[in-house]
Amino acid sequence: MTALAYLSWFERKIIAHIQSRWGPYYVGAHGLLQPLADGVKFLFKEDLTLPTADRFLFILSPFLALSLAMTTLALIPFGPATVYIFGQPTQLVVANVDVGLLFLFAITSIGVYGVVLSGWSSNSKYSLLGGLRSSAQMISYEVSLTLSVVGVLLLAGSFNFNEIIEHQQGYFRYVPFIPRWNVFPQFVGFLCYFISAIAETNRAPFDLPEGEQELVGGFHTEYSSFKFAMFFMAEYGNMITVSCLATILFFGGWLSPLPDGWTWQQYVPGVALLCVALYLAYDTVRNMRGLGRIQLTVVTLLAAGIGLLCLLPAVAPVILGPFWFLGKVFLIIFFYVWTRSTLPRMRYDQLMSFGWKLLLPVSLLNLVVTAFWIVMRHP
Amino acid sequence: MSIPFIMFFVFALVAVGGAIMLIVAREPIHSALCLVLVMVALAALYLLLGAEFISAVQVIVYAGAVMVLFVFVIMLLNAGVEERTNFSHMAKYAGLPLAIFLLFAIADWMANSAIGATVANGAGAPNQAAVSTRALSTMLFQKYLFPFEATSILILIAILGALVLAKKGAE
Amino acid sequence: MNVVPISYYLVLSAILFGLGVVAFVFKRNIITIFMSIELMLNAVNLAFVAFARAHNQLDGLIFVFFVIVLAAAEAAVGLAIVITIAHNRRSLNVENVDLLKF
Repeated sequence: MTALAYLSWFERKIIAHIQSRWGPYYVGAHGLLQPLADGVKFLFKEDLTLPTADRFLFILSPFLALSLAMTTLALIPFGPATVYIFGQPTQLVVANVDVGLLFLFAITSIGVYGVVLSGWSSNSKYSLLGGLRSSAQMISYEVSLTLSVVGVLLLAGSFNFNEIIEHQQGYFRYVPFIPRWNVFPQFVGFLCYFISAIAETNRAPFDLPEGEQELVGGFHTEYSSFKFAMFFMAEYGNMITVSCLATILFFGGWLSPLPDGWTWQQYVPGVALLCVALYLAYDTVRNMRGLGRIQLTVVTLLAAGIGLLCLLPAVAPVILGPFWFLGKVFLIIFFYVWTRSTLPRMRYDQLMSFGWKLLLPVSLLNLVVTAFWIVMRHP
Repeated sequence: MSIPFIMFFVFALVAVGGAIMLIVAREPIHSALCLVLVMVALAALYLLLGAEFISAVQVIVYAGAVMVLFVFVIMLLNAGVEERTNFSHMAKYAGLPLAIFLLFAIADWMANSAIGATVANGAGAPNQAAVSTRALSTMLFQKYLFPFEATSILILIAILGALVLAKKGAE
Repeated sequence: MNVVPISYYLVLSAILFGLGVVAFVFKRNIITIFMSIELMLNAVNLAFVAFARAHNQLDGLIFVFFVIVLAAAEAAVGLAIVITIAHNRRSLNVENVDLLKF
């Protein structure tokens, strides 16, 4: 949940920098304490519940949205199936389910209810309209989301996340420096998946249902304080989930892009974190004064400590998988935020026709071409 | 009382409770949500029976798309509170005893007939793993190819029918 | 060994089917009646899956697959009809749709 809060900080900073401004800079050094301030504000705001609203559903919807967004995290593998931490074989995934991918889609399917019920139970026309539009958008793009992934499934031959990642090991035969990640053969699939994921999580440029200028706030108009915060966190949680899924399916999960023969690569996480700590130390000395200095020193020491920890020979091989995984997820989330801050919003009918008339046929075409290619290769 | 047993009873209770709430609920939207609860509980029961793919398909298609359609229609038509009905006296006084009698008759048949006994004790089912999707899809596309294509045509007809009805209603 | 005997699943399926029939007979909102049909179909699906497990064959699961697909198609067309009726009769009560009664 802390990751969600800091994701909001990250997003605001990136959007601001792209738009030539600074973003949250005042609260804490570089605005790092902004999520804390926001959290405290949310807790102290007055918690309105409308008398005409459907009480049970009103309270249920944000809880449903948030808990579903968190449940998906149990299925995602952060590293290889069995790593040896201090000699003990452990799994870096909570639940290694054989049909893990299908379960993930099942959980996102149920997530539509959080949106549509919140729209209905608020008993106001803006909320109802926003809720209906948003859920119609979600179920439309869910179809192309699922179809764009089937190409990857055909190549890998299993629904299990670990097997899909294992399939992406190694390098291509004729181009030996490109790793065998699924994004290269399935580039169209990845594009379809990414666009569908942006639409599925109700993010810009597909966020008309919750756009502030159009519908006053859509399905979460009538929510205040903690329930609104829960919707907010659920949206970021969904974003992280689809990014993790994109990493696993298309970018090789916890596999590293460097060849396995280079054994020094297990020091990469530690060295990277130490570089970050060095930059932060430089920033502290150069730019910060007073309270900001103390805060940034704390963060620097934290980064340096974790960096040194990653260099220990007991920890280094274990942390390599999660490091690459989190790095790739980070990169995809950066793309997410980038598209939000640069692209204008799509109108609702344009959005729906784009989903059904363009994205769905393209996903199907991708599926058919992949199937043909596989049949031609292995008759 | 092993864990699968307890899980079966929990999910069975949730399913039956959801069905009873569907009957008792006064607003259609609550009935719809109770039905979603029943479907999710049934999906969990399919998992207990080892059918992972069917369980996921049930949640994705049935609970995640068909029921969303129901909820949409309820919201569009703004279906409010249901009115009370005048049941016929026969239904009120003879209905429940007849239902219980029917239930006992079925249970009696299952317990005492030859087929019922073998099925009930799971005699035909040695220790099995969960069904693999690969085997399921092989059967779907080889043995049941014709029904598969026929259902795809059926879905096309359903889409066309819904479109035609929606267009007519808009005039 | 199956810890839970298959008969338990069949009894549960029968109970759910019975509850679906009760809802179908006693409710008067068209949409609720449709939902009771879906409940009955779900109960039948459970029986299919239980039998597939009991006889160790996959055909039951294929049947479940087709039943789900059919239920989805039927729900789509049925709800379109319901919307048309609601527009024409201005009410969702089945007792108002009685033009063909003698």
